[in-house]
Amino acid sequence: MNARVLDRTLVYGGAILLAVWVLIPLYLVAISAFTPQARLFDYPKPLVPTTFSTETMQFFLEARGVIPSVINSILVALFTIAFGLALGTPAGYALARFRFRGRQAFQVIVLATKMFPIAILSIPLAVTFLQLGLYDNLIAVALVHTAMALPFIILVTGGVFVAVSHELEEAAQTLGCSRWGAFLRVALPLALPGLAAAAIFTFVISWNEVFAATILTLRTRTLPAQVLAGLGTSPLGFKFAGGLFMAMPAVAFIFLIRRYLMNLWGSR
Amino acid sequence: MRARAERFLPFALLLPAVAFLALLIVIPMIQALILAVIAEGGGFTLEHFERMAGDVNFSDAWRNTLLLLILIVPLQIVLALVMALLINSRFRGHGFFLYVYAIPLAISDLAAGILWLAVFTERGYLNSSLQGAGLIQQPILFLSFENLPGILTAIVVAESWRATAIVLLILIAGLQLIPRDFFEAADVFGAGRFRRTIHVVLPLLRPSLQSALIIRTIFAFQTFAVVFALAGRNMPVLAGEAYVWYAANRNEHLAAAYAVLLLGLTIVATVVYLRVLGLREAEVAR
Repeated sequence: MNARVLDRTLVYGGAILLAVWVLIPLYLVAISAFTPQARLFDYPKPLVPTTFSTETMQFFLEARGVIPSVINSILVALFTIAFGLALGTPAGYALARFRFRGRQAFQVIVLATKMFPIAILSIPLAVTFLQLGLYDNLIAVALVHTAMALPFIILVTGGVFVAVSHELEEAAQTLGCSRWGAFLRVALPLALPGLAAAAIFTFVISWNEVFAATILTLRTRTLPAQVLAGLGTSPLGFKFAGGLFMAMPAVAFIFLIRRYLMNLWGSR
Repeated sequence: MRARAERFLPFALLLPAVAFLALLIVIPMIQALILAVIAEGGGFTLEHFERMAGDVNFSDAWRNTLLLLILIVPLQIVLALVMALLINSRFRGHGFFLYVYAIPLAISDLAAGILWLAVFTERGYLNSSLQGAGLIQQPILFLSFENLPGILTAIVVAESWRATAIVLLILIAGLQLIPRDFFEAADVFGAGRFRRTIHVVLPLLRPSLQSALIIRTIFAFQTFAVVFALAGRNMPVLAGEAYVWYAANRNEHLAAAYAVLLLGLTIVATVVYLRVLGLREAEVAR
């Protein structure tokens, strides 16, 4: 009995300690972002804030270029979702439904691109996009982000379609649906929650990406590119507010896709 | 007729994705190579690689990138292993803790760097806490260019904090593949939690540990925004130099030389990774 109590204390104690480790920097940047700028240099600072003010956050949001960069970030993420789902869903479906020659080779390609440093490729791509008139264009950034997100989209949608029984689709076909009709009316609606999760993770990849976004744009900055470009010159308050603003969606997004987390990195 | 269409269907479904990846990965790779060896006026040259190797920051960038790799990767694996073992014990509420541990998965390296800046900056929360506890008399300059151990610590902490989540997911997936009977059998033979972990779980988890190790090694070569957020230009790293040569110095040839170097490192690591995976498939087949 005593051993079990000790065991449980150890498990919960460890779990809580690790949760604090994950949450504490988020908490600290949040209280910093809601401290007035003049008080940011107070020292020593209390761990529980004594003031609350939206002044620093307002300063960040009103700074030149920030709101346009937030809009750019959202647009790039939406383009990336559109391109990524259009290219990735059919591939995920093929992996889930068919045994064909070259299937294993394709899985190796997906695996390899998942780890490939695609951002680095934005250096030669910038030269090409300049020639094509796509430089400093959100579509160019979205194309690179699509290449980054594609392997994840294929893995998640593949997992989703495996879970949707193919017998249902076949039943629809015997009842007079075409193959396409069976997919559209039976498989797709059942797969929608999983596809939404894939879309959310794609948003996350695009929202967070900084290297390619910085290299491929000059004036049409995304939010991370905007914050990165100003790192050397912007005041601490701007950085803290920007950091919080960039990190906060993670808390909601991971919650929304928590059931699909294993598909992202789990399958090796 | 119908059967034939069915035979070609999977290839038709895969074609757009494969074509897109080839267009956006294979072609730029070749272009990077060409950019890196082409002279300003045309013609083949190794001048860009020579300039890269002779640059004042080059050896520092190498040293720092490798140092961060050696410090961060093992720390992440140990931390993620503890988290994964806890989650896998399926205690009440483990789903909530998995959610919390996975949050950094959706946080960028830039944002992670800024989050930890609030801790490590001169009048930040670490100095405040140390002073509050009476351990120091005045703030320590963790992020000063003269304090290399301080900068290194800050970056190692921030990057370990962020990327442990990826390792965690890989390890949990690996743990889920281990049949529960193995745990129970070890219990029957009286193995304690610690001995069970060392002798039963770790050997079975080896493939996942290897995957995590290599994936994190590859990503470590790309580390740059977290370094910029915490140390500015005080700490050159390879990916950061590629960025600086392109964005600040406007020299695409030198940036491409760095890109080729990073691609080379990645390809070496990927080949190692795929060989390990091949080994793993052979193990499964056996």
